[in-house]
Amino acid sequence: MHPSEALTTKQPATGIHPLRFLLVLMMVSIFMIFAAYTSAYIVRRNEGNWLEFDLPFGFLITTLILAASSATVQWAWFAARKDELTQVRTALALTTVLGIAFLIGQWQMWEQLVGARIFFAGTDANPSGSFLYVLTGVHAFHLITGLIFLLIVLRKSFNYQVHSRQMLSIGNVTIYWHYLGALWLYLYLFLLLNH
Amino acid sequence: MAANLPTQAQVQGGAGVTEPGVSHDEHAHHDEHHEQSFLQKYVFSTDHKVIAKQFLITGIFWAIIGGTLSSLFRLQLGWPESTFEWLSPFLGKWIEAGKLNPEFYLALVTMHGTIMVFFVLTAGLSGTFSNFLIPLQIGARDMASGFMNMLSYWFFFLSSVVMFSSLFIETGPAAAGWTIYPPLSALPQAIPGSGAGQTLWLVSMALFIVSQLLGGVNYITTVINLRTQGMSMSKLPLTIWAFFLTAILGLLSFPVLFSAALLLIFDRSFGTSFFLSDIYIAGQALPNTGGSPILFQHLFWFLGHPEVYIVIMPAMGMVSEILATNARKPIFGYRAMIGSLLGISLLSFIVWAHHMFVTGMNPFLGSVFMFLTLIIAVPSAVKTFNWLATLWRGNIRFTTAMLFSIGFVSLFIAGGLTGIVLGNAALDIQMHNTYFVVAHFHLVMGSSAFFGLWAGVYHWFPKMFGRMMDEKLGYVHFWLTFLGVYLVFLPMHYVGIAGFPRRYYAWTGFDTFSQFADLNKFISAAAIIAFFAQFVFIFNFFYSIFRGRRATENPWNSTTLEWTTPVVPGHGNWPGAIPAVHRWPYDYSKPGAAEDFIPQHVPYSQTQSSNLPYEKEME
Repeated sequence: MHPSEALTTKQPATGIHPLRFLLVLMMVSIFMIFAAYTSAYIVRRNEGNWLEFDLPFGFLITTLILAASSATVQWAWFAARKDELTQVRTALALTTVLGIAFLIGQWQMWEQLVGARIFFAGTDANPSGSFLYVLTGVHAFHLITGLIFLLIVLRKSFNYQVHSRQMLSIGNVTIYWHYLGALWLYLYLFLLLNH
Repeated sequence: MAANLPTQAQVQGGAGVTEPGVSHDEHAHHDEHHEQSFLQKYVFSTDHKVIAKQFLITGIFWAIIGGTLSSLFRLQLGWPESTFEWLSPFLGKWIEAGKLNPEFYLALVTMHGTIMVFFVLTAGLSGTFSNFLIPLQIGARDMASGFMNMLSYWFFFLSSVVMFSSLFIETGPAAAGWTIYPPLSALPQAIPGSGAGQTLWLVSMALFIVSQLLGGVNYITTVINLRTQGMSMSKLPLTIWAFFLTAILGLLSFPVLFSAALLLIFDRSFGTSFFLSDIYIAGQALPNTGGSPILFQHLFWFLGHPEVYIVIMPAMGMVSEILATNARKPIFGYRAMIGSLLGISLLSFIVWAHHMFVTGMNPFLGSVFMFLTLIIAVPSAVKTFNWLATLWRGNIRFTTAMLFSIGFVSLFIAGGLTGIVLGNAALDIQMHNTYFVVAHFHLVMGSSAFFGLWAGVYHWFPKMFGRMMDEKLGYVHFWLTFLGVYLVFLPMHYVGIAGFPRRYYAWTGFDTFSQFADLNKFISAAAIIAFFAQFVFIFNFFYSIFRGRRATENPWNSTTLEWTTPVVPGHGNWPGAIPAVHRWPYDYSKPGAAEDFIPQHVPYSQTQSSNLPYEKEME
């Protein structure tokens, strides 16, 4: 056995599992990316030459879809604690579907924006539009990592590796998925306030 | 699987606790006969000590490349009228009719900066020593995630391959400076290096950032979660505090560089205008409007400033440790040392715009950043005085590591003082982009961090390879380097005050500067000699790995936990239980003690003759 594997299964003094702590740190570094973009957005906006446009209404719907997926992932966590394995699988699968629905919704928002001649790049593009694509795009990228994580845990649940005495992976995916939802909420509110 | 290794709960019982001895014997037995393929053991290893050596050797490789590049551009600066036909077998088409191609000169400067800052002094320095020392000094079997740690090295390796390959492409490597300011870095029409070379630079740095984050989250998690019994945060060696805070700085600042790099990639390859606006180039107007190049500088320096502390803080930590060990004295002001590291870490995030005084920023904002910048002198001075006070009346052993540590303090003072000059907006506007700035940061951050790196290598070499490095060659290396560094950078201050601008290919066209021809020749000669002196080190390093004098377990009579391991620690670091910690790491020359050092794992009950009144209660 490898020593490092022994470490990842031990209960440390802080009460937080090292892998969960690693996840929290990664969430901090992801937040720094968005902190950089949103502050760059404000700085750039204040310099003028900034095209104002209305945020598509559909972002509200995608926000609600993502909020619903947060509810279902939480349901999966509760079900795992009660050893209701069928519910765990259903809830995780539902979360994955809602996550994909959110991404499709975001894609449609992009199409709407392009239809309204708000471009990411090119001669007609203004940084106000480009920033919107970057914020939503980088968030979508992280959401895809969340979906991969969900699928891994879903597979584990079929192998009976998710139950009340093995809550680490489902706990981690729940935290990460809520985090991605909260991150989107932050971006959505930020965009609403700056439009 | 579990039968082979005692669980952490068992081994953390420490020396005083009786444990099922069977499992230890089994473990020791297992250690010796553990079958590992060559690939598992030396290439795709998840052992922190092997990963540390991989970082170190890759770092040495990069340092040779970075140093070679600097020798090349110093040749040009020292002898601008000469022809370098003799270099054409080596540089090929970059020598045109005996002259160094001016655009390639800029590429040399850019790659020298990039390689030294990121690949040597970030990955090579904290990659090596954070990996090697964190588990050994806090009493852990390995990092929190050995797999992520391995990925961290291999992302760095991949990043290195990409960066190295960019040196050989048709249009040359990136040439817009290590700070890659747009629009120069964004437009291939502006300079050949901004073509494929810059693309490779950005790809390489993106991989590098992934590597840093994978490593950094591991270091932080390990320090927080995996300390041995009794190792409270206030008993940590200063090395660990420094690595810990360095990792936090990286975690918070590298993602921001990633953000900036991504926007620059979009500007370069996808036609956005984040940093580009109203540009005429070669008589043509570009379509980009609305971008702000200053925005890039803000994003870049939000990483760029913490980056210089990412480079220097590990060196500070190691120097603190080595000074105390070899002065045979407790480090002076242990808590003040931690406090000043915390202060430097915090301040590093709110001073970035002092790199941008000449960007036309609001003078009021400039004075805010000036004020915050000058405050950094306070924790820096606390550290300096504490180092000096540690040396004061110490029973100093001049080992090679000690010489480099003292050299570090000297260079840090010499370079730090000019930081106070440059931190003042009024003075910086005069000195900006002159050799004064070059001299400042090469002393305070470049050379200092290198001295920390060397000190660390000489000091921990016995634990890495089980052999000692040669002291006499070490002295030769130290004196040539120490004198070389001062002979290079002291005259540069003088040239810089006279207004000599950095990044210029040739200055012969300016009457003002032609009087400095001799001085430049002198700097170049010193730089090239100092560079060649490094081969003494490289020889010593590789020779000693195989032929050095065999080391003992604790050759420096040091107190920290890594010296309680076998001469060459195996998998899991301690063959038996991990020792528990009872005291702080700096019990040197304690009055009444039997020896002049008491290791951290010795309980107070065994040192009754030297215990202080409040320690008697802990017996």
